[in-house]
Amino acid sequence: MAAQSEIVRWSAARLAESLAAGEVSSVEATQAHLDRIGDVEADVHAYLHIAGERALARAAEVDRLRAAGEAPSALAGVPVAIKDVLCTSDMPSTAGSRILEGWVPPYDATPVARLRAAGLVPLGKTNMDEFAMGSSTEHSAFGPSRNPWDLARIPGGSGGGSAAAVAAFEATVALGSDTGGSIRQPAAVTGTVGVKPTYGGVSRFGAIALASSLDQVGPVSRSVLDAALVHDVIGGHDPNDATSLDETWPSFADAAREGAASGSLAGLKVGVVHQLDGSGFQAGVRQRFGEALKRMAEAGAEIVEVQAPHFEYALAAYYLILPAEASSNLAKYDAVRFGLRVDPGGSTVEQVTALSREAGFGAEVKRRVILGTYALSAGYYDAYYGSAQQVRTLVQRDFDQCFAQADVLVSPAAPTTAFRLGEKIDDPLAMYLNDITTIPANLAGVPGLGMPIGLAPEDGLPVGLQVMAPLREDARLYRVGATLEAILEREWGGPLLAQAPALGGAADRGERIRTTPGTAPAPGYGTEPDGGTL
Amino acid sequence: MTDAPEPVVITAADVQHLAGLARIALSPEEIDHLAGELTSIVDSVARVREVATPDVPATSHPVALVNVLRPDVPGAVLTQEQVLSGAPDASEGRFRVPAILGEEQ
Repeated sequence: MAAQSEIVRWSAARLAESLAAGEVSSVEATQAHLDRIGDVEADVHAYLHIAGERALARAAEVDRLRAAGEAPSALAGVPVAIKDVLCTSDMPSTAGSRILEGWVPPYDATPVARLRAAGLVPLGKTNMDEFAMGSSTEHSAFGPSRNPWDLARIPGGSGGGSAAAVAAFEATVALGSDTGGSIRQPAAVTGTVGVKPTYGGVSRFGAIALASSLDQVGPVSRSVLDAALVHDVIGGHDPNDATSLDETWPSFADAAREGAASGSLAGLKVGVVHQLDGSGFQAGVRQRFGEALKRMAEAGAEIVEVQAPHFEYALAAYYLILPAEASSNLAKYDAVRFGLRVDPGGSTVEQVTALSREAGFGAEVKRRVILGTYALSAGYYDAYYGSAQQVRTLVQRDFDQCFAQADVLVSPAAPTTAFRLGEKIDDPLAMYLNDITTIPANLAGVPGLGMPIGLAPEDGLPVGLQVMAPLREDARLYRVGATLEAILEREWGGPLLAQAPALGGAADRGERIRTTPGTAPAPGYGTEPDGGTL
Repeated sequence: MTDAPEPVVITAADVQHLAGLARIALSPEEIDHLAGELTSIVDSVARVREVATPDVPATSHPVALVNVLRPDVPGAVLTQEQVLSGAPDASEGRFRVPAILGEEQ
């Protein structure tokens, strides 16, 4: 058997090969990840809940199926981390909020059910900004996650837990959700890969809703191929989600493999969106972005500049549409059907609801729900929500014009590298700017991929590239992304994450988190009073 | 471009009213703090009005689907026990809630 330190660094594709060849068992791979979690989790805090024994039991089950020649899929036995926004019938699902602390849903979200059916092994639930409102995980009610490249910095958000988990080798792959960049921006700042599929490409059934016209579930990984493999498992039509697209998708893994093998971008037109070209962004981000364009040109791509004049209004439209939809979606937390109830006695149900929401929601959630209530108020609706929906049309038209001139569009995936914890927490508008390059894709529903393109010279932290494709053309992202990834990794002599600093200081300090068997981690590392082991 | 947007000021009284609509109890300090924050956020997002001319249709969903229906037969449903499993309080197979009406009602 390969050493634990080796197995946790394998890609899902590599691990799947070894599982199929019988070189390693799922129990061994799962145990290796639980050990890794034990070593680094006190520093990284990627997880809100760790499955522990339950993960090992499932891994043993998958090993038995494989031994009987009944492995349910190529990825059977691969450990996966699940963003806490997705409902899991055997683990608490809090969306990072006190109001759902300890809540175990009575059913699995469709993407989770599909992972389970394919034999992937859930390791636990990952940290996130409360109800996915944020770009840093600092709005999690359970404390922030930390960036494995620099523990004093944010891992991005809202899916910072999933990105940190794969970057710190605490999971092979993970699931995220992306409403305005919550998969792509964490990928950018942690040197990992994340994809927001076409709106409707992956079911949101069982995904705790933030803004229903923007939310999309997608894969988080360390390689383009791994993201494609997960996307193949979770994607496709689901009658339980009325926005799910009823169509047949190509194999994204095939697209990624073709892209990596071809090494050429000949004939591909790459559009650089003038409005997202990075002027005003951090110098090292601009530099690596320019170099990535150069690599693509060297591989045969034609680089063209395209104009999207209304993108400058996208952020404003987003911060009207999102709060408006969130204020409606979060009305379900009424202290009656599930979640926290604060009842001082002698109060009406309306007062109990208000007190429960006061205690259960954090500052950012209150801010956005009240902003959304304002935007939807009589007398303001047309001026704000109505106008924002019109901007949405203009952004879609801009995309149409850009894609008439280019096959894919590119931009930096985030304007800066990872900032320091605490740096922007008191300035909501500064925090909102982190998603400036990722939001247009959500408004238009087009797919987007975030992937590493190097380290910024000034701070040595990862820089991400965003690639966008027309609606339903997700395969293009995987093909182009895999080609560029192969070129860059040849240049770097391996994956970018190989350059990340070693973790494990927590274990050295004696702060190892017990993930198994059945012993609770230290208080504060789970949403459950017992630490959430089982 | 439509009318030049007037500067928006969200007062503490506005926040108090909105918080009531949103069913969130807030402390006086939170109300004051939010009034300032929301004023600056709304001031920043109000620029959507600059380009939202009457000739531009609104878009509510990025990929518009119509009439998403399924056969009119009972689907998979949760059991009563499952439905009540997360309730803060339940009794005799039902959600149990505090008083609906206050004394003055």
